[in-house]
Amino acid sequence: MTVMFYIALALLSLAIGCFVYRVVKGPTVADRVIALDAIGICLAGIVAVLSILLETSVFLEIILLIGILAFLGTAAFAKFLQKGVVIERDGNR
Amino acid sequence: MLNLAMVSPLIFALFVPFLYKYVRSIHTGWFVLPLPVLLFLYFIQHLPLNPYGQTLPWIPSLGMDFQVYMDGLGLLFSLLITGIGSLVVLYSIYYLPKEKEKLGHFYVYLLLFMGAMLGVVLSDNAMALYLFWELTSFSSFLLIGYWNERERSRYGAQKSMLITVLGGLSLLGGFLLLSVMSGGSYSIRDWMAMADAWPQHPLFVPAMLLILLGAFTKSAQFPFYIWLPDAMEAPTPVSAYLHSATMVKAGIYLVARFTPIFAVSSLWVWLVMGIGMATLCWASFHAARQTDLKGLLAYSTVSQLGLIMSLLGAGALAFHGDPGDRRLYMAAVVAAVFHLINHATFKGSLFMAAGIVDHETGTRDIRRLGGLLSVMPITFTVAVIGSLSMAGVPPFNGFLSKEMFFAAMVQVANAQWLSLDVWGILFPVLAWVGSVFTFLYSLLFVGKTFLGAPKPSEWPKQPHEAPVGMLVAPVVLAVLVIGFGLFPNVLSNTVIAPAVDAVVNGVFRQEGLSVHISHWHGWTIEVWMTIGVIVLGVWLYRTFDSWKRVYGVFSRRLSLNHLYDTVVRQMEERSYSLTSRYMTGYVRTYFLYILSAMIALLIATIALKVDGRLSLSHLAEVGIHELMLALVALIGTATTVAAKSRLVAIIALGSVGYTVSLFFVLFRAPDLALTQLVIETISVALFLLCFYHLPKLSRHEKGVRFRLGNALISLGVGALVSAIALLAYSEKNFASIAQYHIENAYEKAAGKNIVNVILVDFRGFDTLFEICVLAIAALGIYALVKLKAPKGESGKYE
Repeated sequence: MTVMFYIALALLSLAIGCFVYRVVKGPTVADRVIALDAIGICLAGIVAVLSILLETSVFLEIILLIGILAFLGTAAFAKFLQKGVVIERDGNR
Repeated sequence: MLNLAMVSPLIFALFVPFLYKYVRSIHTGWFVLPLPVLLFLYFIQHLPLNPYGQTLPWIPSLGMDFQVYMDGLGLLFSLLITGIGSLVVLYSIYYLPKEKEKLGHFYVYLLLFMGAMLGVVLSDNAMALYLFWELTSFSSFLLIGYWNERERSRYGAQKSMLITVLGGLSLLGGFLLLSVMSGGSYSIRDWMAMADAWPQHPLFVPAMLLILLGAFTKSAQFPFYIWLPDAMEAPTPVSAYLHSATMVKAGIYLVARFTPIFAVSSLWVWLVMGIGMATLCWASFHAARQTDLKGLLAYSTVSQLGLIMSLLGAGALAFHGDPGDRRLYMAAVVAAVFHLINHATFKGSLFMAAGIVDHETGTRDIRRLGGLLSVMPITFTVAVIGSLSMAGVPPFNGFLSKEMFFAAMVQVANAQWLSLDVWGILFPVLAWVGSVFTFLYSLLFVGKTFLGAPKPSEWPKQPHEAPVGMLVAPVVLAVLVIGFGLFPNVLSNTVIAPAVDAVVNGVFRQEGLSVHISHWHGWTIEVWMTIGVIVLGVWLYRTFDSWKRVYGVFSRRLSLNHLYDTVVRQMEERSYSLTSRYMTGYVRTYFLYILSAMIALLIATIALKVDGRLSLSHLAEVGIHELMLALVALIGTATTVAAKSRLVAIIALGSVGYTVSLFFVLFRAPDLALTQLVIETISVALFLLCFYHLPKLSRHEKGVRFRLGNALISLGVGALVSAIALLAYSEKNFASIAQYHIENAYEKAAGKNIVNVILVDFRGFDTLFEICVLAIAALGIYALVKLKAPKGESGKYE
């Protein structure tokens, strides 16, 4: 059974490796941002597998947090790329 | 009472500004005058003297007290300080006009000086002596720079400050060494009592040299005399008081005071006698070339101080010779003390006379003066008496002390020990040459100023005799010059004998010696020397114009003043260029210094202290996950360093951060992992913010330039820190205290999350201040963003 988790871990790592390649190489910023987002999700998966392997439930919060952060980060990035700012000021300014 | 008398000028100085401010109609000097007079009367009633002391605790735990001790030497100096002080105050009342001068300042400084000087000569505690010593330097600085709107005054004040404070600090070092040698005592009398065993002590010679440096700088000995001629920018009463009668004699006092401690060393004798003699000859030779009256008197003061110093050196021989010789060498001390008094009287009167000439004609340049005899007969008389006394002509008091000086130096030449042999003859010869030049400049002082043809066209003012009040003080001094000359034994048993006794530490009384100064000893060699001085001196004066070109040989560039100026300027320039060389203003350079210093120090420490055992016994096994993660972190780091654009670097840095949080997961630190994730996200966002707002101009996206030095230092730091971590880990000596937290987190603190319990319970204080740090950071950022100085008001928020 443990072997399966290790295989999963290895595959996830491989995926991260590929995404990292994309982050480093990626011709445009958007490529890199998407790669980062995917890395985040893969990280969540890795944390999940790890917590099974380590036989603990204390890392479940981290999985949720990664999900939120990945979303927030990507959304912020996307807005930044589109509008040049992340937080817009009031309309009258 | 003695303590109070000593500090009374300092206390009175507090009230002077009020007197000056609220009683404008009366010259402030009149209020000051009674104090030195009263002190003089107080000190004179100590005659005949029984040495006694008083102690006022100051810092008893450190052995520092205001210990006052009145012996012959202290009394002699106290009488000089207060007596001449009274006359100088009287003179200054007429010299400094009430309307134009800042009299409040003047008398405060003068009283400060007077109190400090009394403190120097009456203190028995070395630390108190040093305190007053520096106070004399300080008040002298203020007095020299009294006309601080003049550039030369400021230059002179600074120069004297630098030189005398240099000596003062070395004096402090000498005192501390003596205190170490004596086992913590600061009392000079204690030192004298203990000093018998000291000549073998390793600190004996350093202490002696340091104290001598202090004495030589203060007393303007060769080569430290250079400050004194420049101190002549002070008002003339100051020159008369400080730079002839009192402050420059503080070094003499110090040498005399420490003679019982150091005189057993032959080095002391040679230094004091040799430097004194060198000063005498050098300064008397150069005095004759001066064209400024006060400059001439300044050099003459230096040379006379050298004379006294060399006499003290000869007197120190009394501690060496057999009893028969001792009697003769002690005569040198008598001569020193006697000349000390004589010099104070005639030099004071000469300075005052020069001041009157300056005051009445408007110039002190002897090339513009001449023929004042008929205009100022009284000043002329005073100047003649003072000059002839200085030259050593009978029947004035200078003659007596000069005869005794010759006698002492002839005696030194006859000394059969200290490997003196032939060279001993040098001392009387040099003494004689110095005296010839002394005679010459004394004649020049009178001759060029008062004799010859009047030159009314050269005088800035139409001169006339000074007012009576201004003449009182110099006349009193001139009367003293004659009085001491005709009746020297008035002084001998009352003042001189106790002073000599103090200098030779009681030997004098034991030997039953008496001081009897007489004019005529028979046809001794001293008489012939005096006759030679007079004959040759007159001849040199007559032919002065034909040989004064000799002085041109000593060009300005070779003078000690030039050396001093060069040294000061070079020190400034060199230190400036050094500073501007290593303080480049680039943070990069400073990082280079910091990190290379760190590398050097750590490598040295490891090489010297650590016996490099690298034990790998308690290392854990490495799993595949850690390896993979480390690889990821490595790639992230490498990308950060090698990134061509900043954006890539920021993202790579973020990936390193996330990898670290994954490490936290792997090493079972859920709280850390949570926090790390959130913080990393925020900081990446902040980096992006900074990146976006970079100014247009420097926005060229450029890779990091490769520098070999930087690479080496980075590699060094990395390797070193890794090595230290490994070394530290391989020598784990103690069990961790974490077991306590694990066992007690729930038992005592009612929490299962050990990390959180530690943060808020076991070690809540750290957390509190971390919160403070965050609050300060937030406020700081808010302030930085919000508080922008409007244009044109850039200083508003600084």
